[in-house]
Amino acid sequence: MANPVMVASGTFGYGPEFADVTDISRLGAIVVKGIKLDPCDGNPPPRMVEVPGGLVNAIGLQGPGVKGFVEEYMPFLRETGVPVIVNVWGTTLEEYGEVSARLSDVDGISGLELNISCPNIKEGGIAFGTDPSMAAAVMSNVRSRTSLPVIPKLSPNVPDISVFAKIAEESGCDAISLINTLPAMVIDVETRRPVLANVTGGLSGPAVHPVAVKLVWETAKAVSIPVIGMGGIFRARDAIELIIAGASAVAVGTANFTDPTSPIQVIEGIESYLNEHGLDRIDELIGSVELDGK
Amino acid sequence: MTEAGLKPEIATARVLSNAAYSGEYRELRLDVTSISGRVKPGQFVHVRVPGLSDRVLRRPFSVFHADMDVLCVLYKVVGQGTEVLASVEKGGNISVLGPLGNGFPPVDESAFPVLVAGGYGVAPLCFFAEHTAAPGVLFVGGATASDILCVERFEKMGWDVHVTTEDGSMGQRGLVTDALDEWLGECELDRPPEFFVCGPDGLLRAIGERCVLQGWKGSLSLDKHMGCGLGACLACVQRLRGPNGEEFWARVCKDGPVFDAEKVVWQ
Repeated sequence: MANPVMVASGTFGYGPEFADVTDISRLGAIVVKGIKLDPCDGNPPPRMVEVPGGLVNAIGLQGPGVKGFVEEYMPFLRETGVPVIVNVWGTTLEEYGEVSARLSDVDGISGLELNISCPNIKEGGIAFGTDPSMAAAVMSNVRSRTSLPVIPKLSPNVPDISVFAKIAEESGCDAISLINTLPAMVIDVETRRPVLANVTGGLSGPAVHPVAVKLVWETAKAVSIPVIGMGGIFRARDAIELIIAGASAVAVGTANFTDPTSPIQVIEGIESYLNEHGLDRIDELIGSVELDGK
Repeated sequence: MTEAGLKPEIATARVLSNAAYSGEYRELRLDVTSISGRVKPGQFVHVRVPGLSDRVLRRPFSVFHADMDVLCVLYKVVGQGTEVLASVEKGGNISVLGPLGNGFPPVDESAFPVLVAGGYGVAPLCFFAEHTAAPGVLFVGGATASDILCVERFEKMGWDVHVTTEDGSMGQRGLVTDALDEWLGECELDRPPEFFVCGPDGLLRAIGERCVLQGWKGSLSLDKHMGCGLGACLACVQRLRGPNGEEFWARVCKDGPVFDAEKVVWQ
């Protein structure tokens, strides 16, 4: 990667949607929206509601399936020259493996992010990411079906993140990304109905950032594989905070909706920070949190 | 990506004025020449309301008028975003993303334009009328007289304006569809009507269903809560019917906001 700033799955489409308004060739990597074997219709609307400090979404992983994604978007993505990481999901263990195997043969894909943490689908997603034995099974299955780097995306909705982080490392995964959204719900007090058609959704945005910092810190302490930190990065200082907590790279998510140039601003802000602090590389910052023995 | 010339961009707009327009409605006039000269009627802009720092989403607004010098939107204070927007002062800066969406198609040469507006849905239709050479008829409805906007503006452009209000405080009492149906029964058009509609879903559906039943062309401008505005987040979806009867989700921000009446699936 040319720099450590990526865009988070589900917040950047498949790339071309943002190409008019931001220079995507400057991104460290593009993590595309979740892909399963076949096209997925997603949830009925309303699918998103804004709340103080963020938004709650229940899109439901609408997507074109492996074939549709490869035919429709990979030619464009290859042209960008930016590393492409495909977010992979399935409703069964086998589907995760099959999607991963099929994507492994596609030119221009640099890695697979395993979505075992989406709260908005009835089958798959978070069910695989909150049960240690299921998480282990998915990771091992995918590992055996691809030679691409495998990056499980962990759910924040577990009592001890280090359990899942260690499973990832022991399963031969190459890195860990976190956090996915926090399960959430919004009710209209006039109608007494849930605002989202899916009833519940996932919270993202600045409100979840301190949760991400804590979980990235715990994860980085538990394993020696790299951690990709995300959760409410809106400014460079949010990214730097996650790097100091232990992230080797970061991903900008919800901020893409607020300002499509946010990832570029974060890239430039990190460079300024390094210059101002007399640092040559972000490696000097990674996991550098001062705990004074705490 | 979008073809050159139609590409959206993010620009910092300077507020020329932000004042009451009529009743509860306000007009925001922006100096943002890189966008304003390229807006087609029916397109929208996605505005980052300054000072709304704990909110993460932009706010979409239909364009009321745009030319090389100015971009205008019409709005009413309905929530926190528009409340803060109303306090933005002349000379302030606002981040604008646009122009976005597809806009209205031009009136078919063999058709007679019939515009139907609910409340401030009249705003994009006013811009559309400015770009339409041969005036037709406008039906505009609202709850009460203060919801009826732009009547003189349309009349000056030569449009035949029919006003309805639910409380009868202006024009004919009742729903805009009642007045439209009466007119359709009496008018003797030498061409088929072609509808251009902007307003609440109930109105869009009512006109859309008439279009499908009668085989008339109709363009419906939908209003949905939006996320990115660029077609990436898939929040603002609307069910459409494809040429072979298959149903799929269209993105209102990118594939719309204007859709053919015959394609929209109402649920």
